[in-house]
Amino acid sequence: MTNLGQRPAIAELRARVARIETADRTPRAFLPFGVDAVDDKLPGGGLSLGALHEIAGGAAGVIDAAAAALFAAGILARIEGSVLWCMTRPDLFAPALAQAGLDPDRVIYVDAGDETSVLACFEEGLRHGGLCGVVAEVARLSMTASRRLQLAAESSGTIGIALRRWRRMAEAADFGQPTASTTRWRVTNVPSSPLPVPGVGRHRWFVELIRSRAGESADFLLEACDAKGHLAIPADLADGSVASQAWPTRAAS
Amino acid sequence: MRRKLGPHAPPPEAPLVMVGQSARRRVVTGANIAAQTLGIHVGLPATQAHALVPELIAHDAEPEEDIAGLGRLAIWALKRYVPIVAAEPPAGLMLDATGADHLHGGPEAMLADLLRRLTDIGIAARTAMAGSYGAAHALARYGGAERLVVAAGGEAAAIGALPLCALRLDADTVASLNRLGFETIAELDATPRPPLALRFGSMVGKRLDQAHGRIAEPVDPIKAPELIDVIQRFAEPIAAPETLARYTTKLVGLLCDRLEEAGVGARKLDLQFHRVDARVQYIRAGTAKPTRDKSGLTRLLCDRIETIDPGYGIEIMILTAPSIEVLGLQTISSLGDKPAPDIGALVDILGNRVGEERLYRIAAKPSDVPERSVTRVPAMAEPTELRWPLNWPRPTRLLGRPEPIETIALLPDHPPVQFTWRGVRRRVKRADGPERIYGEWVVSDAEMLGVRDYFLVEDETGARFWIFRNGDGEDEATGKQTWFMQGLFG
Repeated sequence: MTNLGQRPAIAELRARVARIETADRTPRAFLPFGVDAVDDKLPGGGLSLGALHEIAGGAAGVIDAAAAALFAAGILARIEGSVLWCMTRPDLFAPALAQAGLDPDRVIYVDAGDETSVLACFEEGLRHGGLCGVVAEVARLSMTASRRLQLAAESSGTIGIALRRWRRMAEAADFGQPTASTTRWRVTNVPSSPLPVPGVGRHRWFVELIRSRAGESADFLLEACDAKGHLAIPADLADGSVASQAWPTRAAS
Repeated sequence: MRRKLGPHAPPPEAPLVMVGQSARRRVVTGANIAAQTLGIHVGLPATQAHALVPELIAHDAEPEEDIAGLGRLAIWALKRYVPIVAAEPPAGLMLDATGADHLHGGPEAMLADLLRRLTDIGIAARTAMAGSYGAAHALARYGGAERLVVAAGGEAAAIGALPLCALRLDADTVASLNRLGFETIAELDATPRPPLALRFGSMVGKRLDQAHGRIAEPVDPIKAPELIDVIQRFAEPIAAPETLARYTTKLVGLLCDRLEEAGVGARKLDLQFHRVDARVQYIRAGTAKPTRDKSGLTRLLCDRIETIDPGYGIEIMILTAPSIEVLGLQTISSLGDKPAPDIGALVDILGNRVGEERLYRIAAKPSDVPERSVTRVPAMAEPTELRWPLNWPRPTRLLGRPEPIETIALLPDHPPVQFTWRGVRRRVKRADGPERIYGEWVVSDAEMLGVRDYFLVEDETGARFWIFRNGDGEDEATGKQTWFMQGLFG
């Protein structure tokens, strides 16, 4: 597949469409991951800040969303400001977020009770504009709800992360349903970096960019967040080999 | 009185009465529980009481002082609990909890909190909550329980067995009714009304209806003199939510101007709606920090306007600030540097929606035991100093309670080769550990010798788990050597 982003005519056309779409909104800012392989695939060279992004876990992560939560924490750790984290199951262990670079003083948790209030708090946080990002752990996300959230995020420039987390494996089929989010990611735990001695090396994730508005889908094998929230390309793959060849492609929709 | 005397007060077991003047005799106007068990009741002449109990301690009653004290207590309840409070001399308080009990965790929790605080300041009290003022009044005084909540519609059953004196009738009427053979409210209720009305006047029927909540009862709520409030009266009753919202905005504007003159900010706002049928409904909103931000406060109140049922229309709206704090002038920072965004307003909106205690930050606590190393602090609390150590792996999700797992493991210090958790067997491919965490004998004696050995294990698919063994693998005194799952890594 040719890389569409490199053709000047199409790039210009996209820029014009983007200008028309966002004429009455704040100009977009982008947060690069600092990993070229990932940033090259994203239009704008990073995650757009005033937008809604969806992250889900793969395999057992469908239910616990542990890797997905850490992935979100890594993104927010690299932005300044307070974060609102809305959820229904308060089992997040704050020291782990601190280890991904997200300081505990920056995070306000809302134990919202049910999904409807999670979405209401999510939207309220996005509209307020004083936060740097809002994370909400939701199972269902309808087209209408996601469009409202996307518009709220665009109006304030706050990044919205919908952490999709289901109660049962079977419910995860919901992740195929279309939503208005700008990007959609799936993060799966894979075996950690090999060490010369027995032990667990740096954690690794198989990160799939399933959907990206005005961009292509892709997948990467990455090392998990370090203490500042940065991802990395594993050292044994960094010498020219492409991540997607090293790992079989799964469910790129 | 016990508080006034301080350490010289007689012990609660000693019989104690208050003696006051009634017409030309000195009579007992109040008796403590010890005195009541000895047969002394209110209204007994003081000389007889002394004859009955020679060691009786008697003090002069100070009715004015009592009423003033009750007034102070009522104002305290007004600020702390609900917007509508009435004092009922000699020793009663009426709180209208409609629409406010949820802020204190429900009716039961609110009464428990009220009782605890009253006990703390040395006041013995009995409380009851019911659907009508009459029923609550009767149950608090004659219900026999310290704290009683009657479910909606249960008033008739709850007060049926109470004696007639619970009905707030005068003593002569009660005595005559008793002579006629009426003992309880239920008996009186089952009697045809007209003969009763003929014999005793309309009061008996009225009190019965009030107890059952069939007719409305006006109360005379106290007003704290220092409260800042603004009132809007309407020539024509209003009912449409948009109109209510518009006047709410106007009232908030006026109130904020008054707050600014006084140099204070509101922590709580009460918006009362007086309906044409003499019922009062209200919205109470709280803020995390004192504020007089017009748009923010309007937003908090307007969010809840749909909970108001205007009925036939609303004729008076009163906005008060029962809780205020000093809020000085704010310096507007200078020349181009961006001020830190204020998220107080957002915290208020969310707190009023989901409840303040569900909105929190997590701070570190000095403890090695993982579940004790975190604590919740209010969302707008000051920044914390303490941080968790970063050099040990910690899972992203922590199970609320460790779950037992079946393992095959070499003792004393090897990680399991395989384990079964929630019915799934996993082979351990890689593992790190042990990280030994000792029990905290400071917290409980049972943990004196306790040890947990934590391992980070990874299975073939790459899923990473945090498991621990209860015990050091050798000595049974340190734990039973059973394995538990406690967390999941990202």
